[in-house]
Formats: sequence, structure tokens, C-alpha cells
Amino acid sequence: MQMHDAAEPLLRVRGLRRLYGRRVAIDEVSFDLWPGEVLAVVGESGSGKTTLLHSIAGHHAPDAGSVSFNAREHGHVDLYSMPEGRRRALARTDLGFVHQNAADGLRMNVSAGANVVERLMSLGQHNYGNLRAQAAEWLERVEIDPLRMDDTPLTFSGGMRQRLQIARNLITLPRLMFLDEPTSGLDVSVQARLLDLLRQLTRQLGLAAVLVTHDLAVARLLAHRMIVMQKGRVVESGLTDQVLDDPEHAYSQLLVSSVLPT
Amino acid sequence: MSTAPARDSHVNFAYLDEHTKRMIRRAILKAVCIPGYQVAFGSREMPLPYGWGTGGIQVTAALLGPRDVLKVIDQGSDDTVNAVNIRRFFQRTAGVEVTTRTQRADVIQTRHRIPETPLREGQIIVYQVPVPEPMQRLEPREAETRKLHGLAEYGLMHVKLYEDIARLGHIATTYDYPVLVNDRYVMAPSPIPKFDNPKMHMNPALQIFGAGREKRIYAVPPYTPVESLAFEDHPFSVQKWDHPCALCGATDSFLDEVITDDRGTRMFVCSDSDYCNTRQERRQNEAVPDKENIHADA
Amino acid sequence: MSSPVLQIENLGKRFTLHHQQRAQLPVLDDVNLSVRAGECVVIDGASGAGKSTLLKLVYANYRPTSGRVVLYPGTSQELDLAKAPERTLLAARRDVIGYVSQFLRAIPRVPALDVVAEPLMEGSTGGEAAAAAREEAGRWLERLRIPSRLWQLPPATFSGGEQQRVNIARSMIKPRPILLLDEPTASLDAANSRTVVELVHEARERGAAIVGVFHDPEIAAAVATRRVAVSQFGRNA
Repeated sequence: MQMHDAAEPLLRVRGLRRLYGRRVAIDEVSFDLWPGEVLAVVGESGSGKTTLLHSIAGHHAPDAGSVSFNAREHGHVDLYSMPEGRRRALARTDLGFVHQNAADGLRMNVSAGANVVERLMSLGQHNYGNLRAQAAEWLERVEIDPLRMDDTPLTFSGGMRQRLQIARNLITLPRLMFLDEPTSGLDVSVQARLLDLLRQLTRQLGLAAVLVTHDLAVARLLAHRMIVMQKGRVVESGLTDQVLDDPEHAYSQLLVSSVLPT
Repeated sequence: MSTAPARDSHVNFAYLDEHTKRMIRRAILKAVCIPGYQVAFGSREMPLPYGWGTGGIQVTAALLGPRDVLKVIDQGSDDTVNAVNIRRFFQRTAGVEVTTRTQRADVIQTRHRIPETPLREGQIIVYQVPVPEPMQRLEPREAETRKLHGLAEYGLMHVKLYEDIARLGHIATTYDYPVLVNDRYVMAPSPIPKFDNPKMHMNPALQIFGAGREKRIYAVPPYTPVESLAFEDHPFSVQKWDHPCALCGATDSFLDEVITDDRGTRMFVCSDSDYCNTRQERRQNEAVPDKENIHADA
Repeated sequence: MSSPVLQIENLGKRFTLHHQQRAQLPVLDDVNLSVRAGECVVIDGASGAGKSTLLKLVYANYRPTSGRVVLYPGTSQELDLAKAPERTLLAARRDVIGYVSQFLRAIPRVPALDVVAEPLMEGSTGGEAAAAAREEAGRWLERLRIPSRLWQLPPATFSGGEQQRVNIARSMIKPRPILLLDEPTASLDAANSRTVVELVHEARERGAAIVGVFHDPEIAAAVATRRVAVSQFGRNA
């Protein structure tokens, strides 16, 4: 991980605010994210963490504040000042988004192989043989048997679907990934496999990631840094082990002490 | 040939009222200005159900003038039920001259084929379209496909072709094969066989597509590049037959397979009946040369 | 006399338990300590006196209530841990401060060899670097008497002593200028404890500044160049 080699943060979030009607979903959220860092966003349901994730991923413009990203080609760009086409193009190359429900992030009625290489085809790669070879390579990397390349995700288990989502996103080697509760709903052993994969890939690829999770064990395993959200605001932030071992805010203490011992 | 039906004077020329025709013409103009782009229009109730060519009929109705000559074909033939009925419809509502000869027509309305005889400048060919959206199977949400067209995000089209090759070893789509028009919009050319796709490219005639149920019109103006989508290592190719046409001997036309008896005897004949008949006449005339026959094709 | 590598100034830590009627739990107050390269400072004190807490404050696992922890004071690389941005702390842990915790936090599915080799593999992606890292990891595991048949297994199934040895190897394999040891020999037998003493000596010899807590007085005596009692708040150097 080239952590302090970069001169500029990869993602810069300032004063982010979003409203649903008159209800404040998130307010005054600011942080920087540097290449290679994994940031966990924790909090209970309704804390605003998913809203935050979608706002910084470019899916929904905030009502106040800014999100800027250090893109490979263009340098620092404000995600919401650019035309929608460019933002969508950026989302296909430099960014990745893994949905909580794999069906939201995959084409369920299309083969696994096509799911993996779709981004490449959008970018103009039109050699079937090459595409198929790349699909096989990435399926292997996420521990899916390449022989299943022509099956649709409808025939895959939950864990396999999540791994397929990851492959689909990583194939363009994005620099920043957004993960929305990637392990929720999965069996413990399946979770372990997925987490191990994420850990390895983030390290190998020097990925930065923002990970929304309600599971503190997942945060401890994957994330370097953590922010705790309550009612739309960040109540505490720090290194993951700092927040989990020495929580200062009342709500953080409540969260940490509520975890059942194993 | 039976006598032409009489012009029904209770109905406006070509059935539609003039305001509707203007609305459709505006849509057509827009479509011509943006080749391959689907223009929404206020599709009217027509005296036949959706799925029978209401879109094509509305386009033809908006374009037809009293001195125009109309040809109507269905699967290449002037004689099928659909073609016969639509032709009669325009004879009754517009009283225009009709023909089976591709060369003589000003407006050709077609379902599922492009005539073999090359078209010329000044002709208009109107296609009947069931589903105007080429990505509909993979992305049923119109809000999404509009965005994809608007941003020229066509990865999904190649997903479809990829799936075909993965499943069947080759691109299985043999009709309504998607094309890129003027290097910008991907278009569904209607269920014509892919054999006909090359005819759309740089065609001297004006090509207009009408979908009545889906309420869309799109167009390819004359001399516009039209390219069939493919992969580098699976290039676009057209169907070929091992036999020539059993009736006229053509080796370059789209052939229909006809079963002639219970034992499965089959023969291949041109789908384009005008083309086939013209060739047959020419062959007969060549067998008996006569200076009168020089004018036989006129 | 070389300048200190680590300086602890007026350090205090008090926990506020918001859900126990905001009870305050003072642990440390006004701790001062300077450590130089080549020193091994052993922290003495009764159980619960805050020895572990002190180490955690130096590792930036805990955040001070008062005072400061400074690396390389008075130099161009001076770093006040409480004021450092997170990325700087992460880099400091990667390159400057090593920490042998009391227990191994076992990551599921990762084989013991890789757990130990990981700190050497960070930042490089080449297969050669990974192979070299694993070789070095193998040498450490051997030295700590972990049988090679266990190397491909995840440590979660190991005994407490085996896990702790993996922990020690993992935390020490990458030589860092500062090393913190929190009861490293607590679950080890005599032979392995002696090996740990050797490892501490080697680290000292290469110039590391070491601060450690040892429950066994013999081990403590064998490694210490200096001893400090945590109960002497503010009255140590």
C-alpha cells in the first residue's frame, strides 16, 4: 500500500448534507480518504450511513457540500459538477460499488462471464476471445470456478453472487470501491471467505474503500479507519482499533459494548 | 387482378386528419435530423389492432400524396393477407395508384423484408416495427434505455451478442439484428433478416420506421452509414444458401424454404415476389427474343 | 548521548464510561519517559496499574486525555501521535512502531506462514517478494519452534502458546526503530521464553528502542537496560 506516497487524497468529502423532504438524513459529514485506506462507516439503521455511501459514490447529489475525487485521467474533479455522462463513465472505470443485495449489482439473467466483462465492452473492447479470457481470470481471482462462466447468477449462491459482484467491479482496476454491507445475509463461513478475499484484493490492488457495515468484527478485519454515525452525523472517527478499543463518544461506547462475545 | 376498391369519400385522404398528419410529419422530420434516434409520437387508434402494422400505416398515411405510387409487401410478398389488406386500405382511403413493381413505387411499406431490387433517390421505404428499443430484452426500463442512448452507453448491446456466442457459438440473432446508425445511435432495424442489413447502409432512399403500439418513429436519411454490431473475432456475416431460387435461378436473394409434399420435399424460392417474377419474365423473354419484349418490364 | 527516539510527556489517561452514570476511570497521570535507541525499558507495576495502557497509548491504540507521545522529538521527523492525521499514524505503525500484543487476533482462513509474512509483503506486489517474505517467515516460525506441518493452517486452531508465538513472529519480523512488548511470554514455556529474550537482545543490538511489560521477573531482568515503575507518576526519566 502506497499510503503516504500520494500527495493528494483520493476522495475529499466536505460538509455533506442530504435531506429527504424535511428530514435530515446526513449533515456536516467531512473526511479525506487516501489511496490504500479502507474506511468503515458504522452506525445503526437510520444513521445515514447508506445515504452517505450513495452520495459519495455519485449516485445522488447532496443538498449541500461537495465530493471530489482524484481521477486517474482528469485529476481532482467535483463529482457533481460534471455532466452525468462523465460521472457514469468514471463510475465504470475508477470506481466500484458492491451492493448489499447482489441482485442490485448484477444482471441476473445474463451469464456470469458477461457480467464480469460488461464494463470492458462498454469501454470499447470488442474481441470475444480476449474478453472471455479476462472473464476466466477474474472469476478465478474471486474463487469462482471458470467453468461456471456461462451460467447466470440465478444459479449461484449468495456468497458466489457477492464475489461475482466484486469481480464485475474490479475488472477495470478502480481505485476506490464502495461496499454496502457486503457480508450481510451470508453464512458465517461464507462471510469469512468473502472477507478474506476482500482483504487480499484491497492489499494486492492498493484499493481504497468505503465500507458500510453494522458488523464491528467486519470493520475490525477490513478497515484501517472508522467513522461512527448517529442520526446523520459523525460522532466519532479514528483508526479502527482506536474507536473499537477506546471509544470516547457515548454512542460509540454503546455500539462497542453491545457486541455479543463469541 | 380484381378491380381496385373505390375511394371512400367519408374519410379524409389517407384516413388520418390533417392535424395528425402534421404531428407525424414533425416527428418524421425530427427523426430524419437525428438518424437512428427514436422519436415519440401520438400514435392514433387505427382500424386494425396493434401488431398489424399500425405504425407503418400512420407513417405512410402522413407521407402519401395523391400522385404517389404505393407498394405494400409482407415478408417480401405483395400477396399475403397483411399486404393485401393494407394496400386495399390505402386504395379506399387515398385512392392512390398501387404497384407490385419496386422500381415504380414512390412509397414502399414493408413488413420483415427490404426488396432485393436496389432502391433509388426519391423513394421512401416505410418499415413496420414491433419493438423499437434494441435493448428492451436486457433493460426493460425505458427511463434507463433513454439514458443509455443519450449517453451513447452501448455496452449492453455487446452483452447481448456475447451471450449469443457463449450460448450458441455464434451470434444467433438472424433478424432484427442491431445496427449502429451514423456512428451514433444503435437502432433496431425491425424484424428484417440480417441478410438485409447491408442494404440499409448508404441507401439512396429515405428509410422510415414506425412502431404504433410503442409510439415511436425513427429514420435513416439517404446515404447514411449503417453498421451491424459485431465482435472483431466474430464479424458480421449474412446467410447463404446452397441452392439458387427454384423459379428464377437467383443466387443473390433471400430464399424462403417451401415444403411441397408430405414426404418433406422442399424447394427454395425468392422471398421477394416482385424480384422473382421480374427475373422469370426476363428469362422467358430471353428465350424468345422479340423487340416488343424490351418494354415488358415497364 | 543520542537523542530520544520516543518521548512521553505528562501523559494522562482517564476513561469516561458514559453508560455507567459517566463514571470516570483514571488510569495514568503525568507519566514522563524518554527512550533512546538500544534501550530496553521494562515497565513495572501492580496489575491494573496501567502498564498495558501505557503501551497502547504509545501505539496510538488509546488516545491520551492529557500530555503527549512524541516520536523523534526535536528532529525534522518529530511526530506528536495525538495530533497526527490517521494516514500518518498508519504509516508510523507500518514503519516505525512494532507492537507485540498479549493475544493474537486470528484472521480467519489465512495460514500461519502468511500471517507472519504479511508485514514484509506490504507495498510490493511481485511474486518474488512474496516468496522471500515467506522464507523469512519460515525462519521465524522455526526459531519459535512452530512445527512446519502447522504453517499452512490458520492459527485460530492453535494452542494459546502457539498463537502467541505466531503473534511475536508477525510483530517482530519487520525490524522497526521502536518495539512495544505487552507480556509476550505469558503463555510460553521456558525454552520459548528464552528464545524471546534472545530476540529482544537482537532487536536492542540493531538499535531498536524497546518498551516492555513482562510478568516473569527473571525475563524482565534478562532483557531490561532500565526499569520504570508506573506507580511513580511523574517521577521518572
